[in-house]
Amino acid sequence: MSSNRPIVPSSLSVKDLPWQIIWDKDKCTLCGKCTAVCPVNAIELGVFRKRTIKTSIGLESTPSSDFKIYYGIRQKTDPAYSCVGCAMCNLVCPNDAIIPAKSDEADKLRFHINQGGQPRRRGGRRSTRDSLLDMIKFIRISMLTDPALDAGRHEFELTTLLGRILSPEENLSFLNENGWIPPVREIYPLMIGGMSFGALSPNMWEGLQLGVSYLNEELSMPVRICTGEGGCPPRLLRSRFLKYVILQIASGYFGWDEIIHALPDMKEDPCAIEIKYGQGGKPGDGGLLMWYKVNKLIAAIRGVPTGVTLPSPPTHQTQYSIEESVAKMIQSMSMAWGFRVPVYPKISATSTALAVLNNLTRNPYAAGLAIDGEDGGTGAAYNVSMNHMGHPIASNIRDSYLNLVKIGMQNEIPLIAGGGIGKNGNLSANSAALIMLGASGVQIGKYIMQAAAGCLGSETDRCNICNIGLCPKGITSQDPRLYRRLDVDEVAQRVVDVFLSFDTELKKIVAPLGRSTSLPIGMSDAIGINDYNAANRLAIKYVV
Amino acid sequence: MCRLFAITSDNPLSPMKAIEALDVMREGHDGSGVGLFLRDLGGPFENMKDAPIMSGIFSEKGLRRLDAFMMEIGFMSKYKLSVKAPKTPPHGTPKRDIYLIRAYEYPEEWDGLSRKELHERLLIIRLQLLEMGEDKKDMIVFSFWPDTIMIKEIGNPMDVANYLKLGRNELEARVIMAQGRQNTNYKINLYACHPFFIQGFSTMTNGENTAFIPIREYLTSRGFHGYMGYQSDSEIFTHILHYIFTKLGLGIEAYKHIITPLQNEDLKDHPNAFFLKQLKHSCRRLITDGPNCIIGCLPDNTLFMAQDRKKLRPGVVGGKQGVFALSSEICGLDAALPDRDKSKDFQPMHLDTAIVNTERQEVKICRQTDQLSLPV
Repeated sequence: MSSNRPIVPSSLSVKDLPWQIIWDKDKCTLCGKCTAVCPVNAIELGVFRKRTIKTSIGLESTPSSDFKIYYGIRQKTDPAYSCVGCAMCNLVCPNDAIIPAKSDEADKLRFHINQGGQPRRRGGRRSTRDSLLDMIKFIRISMLTDPALDAGRHEFELTTLLGRILSPEENLSFLNENGWIPPVREIYPLMIGGMSFGALSPNMWEGLQLGVSYLNEELSMPVRICTGEGGCPPRLLRSRFLKYVILQIASGYFGWDEIIHALPDMKEDPCAIEIKYGQGGKPGDGGLLMWYKVNKLIAAIRGVPTGVTLPSPPTHQTQYSIEESVAKMIQSMSMAWGFRVPVYPKISATSTALAVLNNLTRNPYAAGLAIDGEDGGTGAAYNVSMNHMGHPIASNIRDSYLNLVKIGMQNEIPLIAGGGIGKNGNLSANSAALIMLGASGVQIGKYIMQAAAGCLGSETDRCNICNIGLCPKGITSQDPRLYRRLDVDEVAQRVVDVFLSFDTELKKIVAPLGRSTSLPIGMSDAIGINDYNAANRLAIKYVV
Repeated sequence: MCRLFAITSDNPLSPMKAIEALDVMREGHDGSGVGLFLRDLGGPFENMKDAPIMSGIFSEKGLRRLDAFMMEIGFMSKYKLSVKAPKTPPHGTPKRDIYLIRAYEYPEEWDGLSRKELHERLLIIRLQLLEMGEDKKDMIVFSFWPDTIMIKEIGNPMDVANYLKLGRNELEARVIMAQGRQNTNYKINLYACHPFFIQGFSTMTNGENTAFIPIREYLTSRGFHGYMGYQSDSEIFTHILHYIFTKLGLGIEAYKHIITPLQNEDLKDHPNAFFLKQLKHSCRRLITDGPNCIIGCLPDNTLFMAQDRKKLRPGVVGGKQGVFALSSEICGLDAALPDRDKSKDFQPMHLDTAIVNTERQEVKICRQTDQLSLPV
């Protein structure tokens, strides 16, 4: 741009962008791989004109200018093409000649990323690295009065229950009277939460399913995975592996036509049915699959036309009260599988969670409650929903658990926590903390994308373009040119790695607490925090 | 660590028998306290099996308040065993006014009450007195139950026993449980001292129960007023025992299936697999995580010993026809019953409950992998 030309309000310099491309002319071989791989076309071939002034000593010849051309990489400053910091350019560069660097001050792009009046939408998590779960320490170490256990050699039984568990009195009387005993699944306390076929690429989905099946069949770890709202591939519905799957139904009912039609052919019941009323990443907002990702395959499974954006409504349109919701959905879902499958709702963490929970306690078919906190990830949401809406998971789970304790139903309705677990990499510590606050199990989504498939997204706003189908790792893309980058078997292998290492770490946490024969749900005396107010709020020890 | 000793005998024994056994095992405890539980009493109590006996420690003022309270609700003193302690207590033992063991006549209007109603009322009276004592710190009540005496005090067991002259003739019982340590995890409080008692059930425990808090939360949320206290993590063992008998209608052979259920691997081959799986699920919050050795007494005076899943605490049962003892260590058993057949001593492992009933003919071993004789 010339210095005397007018500029428009959204004219930005490279400096104004969140990421600056650092390019080394000496190392660059001009192979072009970086410009080819860049998912957002932030860089292009640049032709640079350079003037060299030649001056001589003495007066015999006059100084002259010389003009040369060289080729290299130019970073675009148009907001639509700004660098997302994914660093795929760096990954493919044979000479390490290029890398994006995070701006040293807050970018100006954020004020302009609403061109045409369209607010920013993205994937990922809330943009903060803060984590209360990371602050929780395990303080009750068994010393002498009760020997700490050997995490490597002691026997452990750390499964959890999913399903409506009867009170001991009711259970015994129903056994005697041949009453209906609700289905209960004994499962691993770490679950893979709902990420839809559609939000995830076919390779990613297959890799996760394969990993989960391997964990179950070869390693006897009863790990479960939720489909998310996008249906389930027909062959999986008709396979014996369905028992490792939690089918999700949400307000768009995507894929349920296929599921209902597959019912007579099912060899196994699914593990459970999750009714999604809300999620942590975009609380109070429905699912969103943007048109970029709705190709023929996705359209077929979901029963929709191709190339249209699929926004699920924020609420189930047929329901106007929780009583109705419970009566209609939980019961009809239970009935569809002959009351053999646990059915539970999933909600966004909210200050109204107790109202939902209390209602569930009065319904004998409710098999649990999943609560997804504000730090939950999502494939597509408005930035404002992701960053500003929602309730932290820790106090929501704690309140819910203590409410159940108050009415004596803490064993009857399992609470499942989700949202930001392991966001800073501390998966097992965060999970154990939530379990000791009262959760029966935890769900992860973003973490498994990062650990099992190399997702580059971050809370400092790196990449986070899951919504537009251009995932450079092929995790959330429906473009075969992108998702073929992801090897199904390698994803499955990483899923297994994650669960095995989690299992060892969980034992390394519970063994020193002297626990091995049951999952320490609600063992709040074992945890502490160095924030006085947080300690009071969570009714745990304040430790400094 | 606590040391435990229990003995059941056809002929009434002095509690000194148990205290002596504890003394032999003194290397294993810190001599910080003693708790005694006597059932199926002999001596003067032999002929008043139905009369509820108040056991506790009172100040002069507390005793006056007790008398006023009991009078008010119509209980008359029937027999009193006066424990007049010398002026100077042994080292570490506080000076108390009165150690009370007093049998009462029921009020006339209680005649014809059902057994269940009677038991409810006796419990409520104990809890009321406990609350009154908490207010003014002038009374500590251990039990108020027919044919039951409990004595607890801080100090070395043998010193305390001599100080209180527990070897006296009037004090003898066919079933005795003794524990040699004041709970020192928290502030010293006699309500934290084992054995614990509720409506005829009593247990004492060696070890720390690491799952205490969630279990306490579960028991207190059962809606039963007797599940309270919990100055010690071991009190939950007594209450779980009470819960499975009185609320679930199960027996002693189910106890270990509740507190330390079989692992799934073992469960699937069990003849009662379905029932036990259900029990494991619905009683999941009562799973203890040990390490604990539990010795307990049932309302019919049956004694039992059970280990937790880890089996990290010592425990042995032995004896001969007519007299059996359950002890933390073999030396305790040797001291009490030197002439038994030692080859028949049994150390319960992680699946076993050793049971000696009042016929005192044998030690019955109930293994968790055995078929249950439940009506299921």
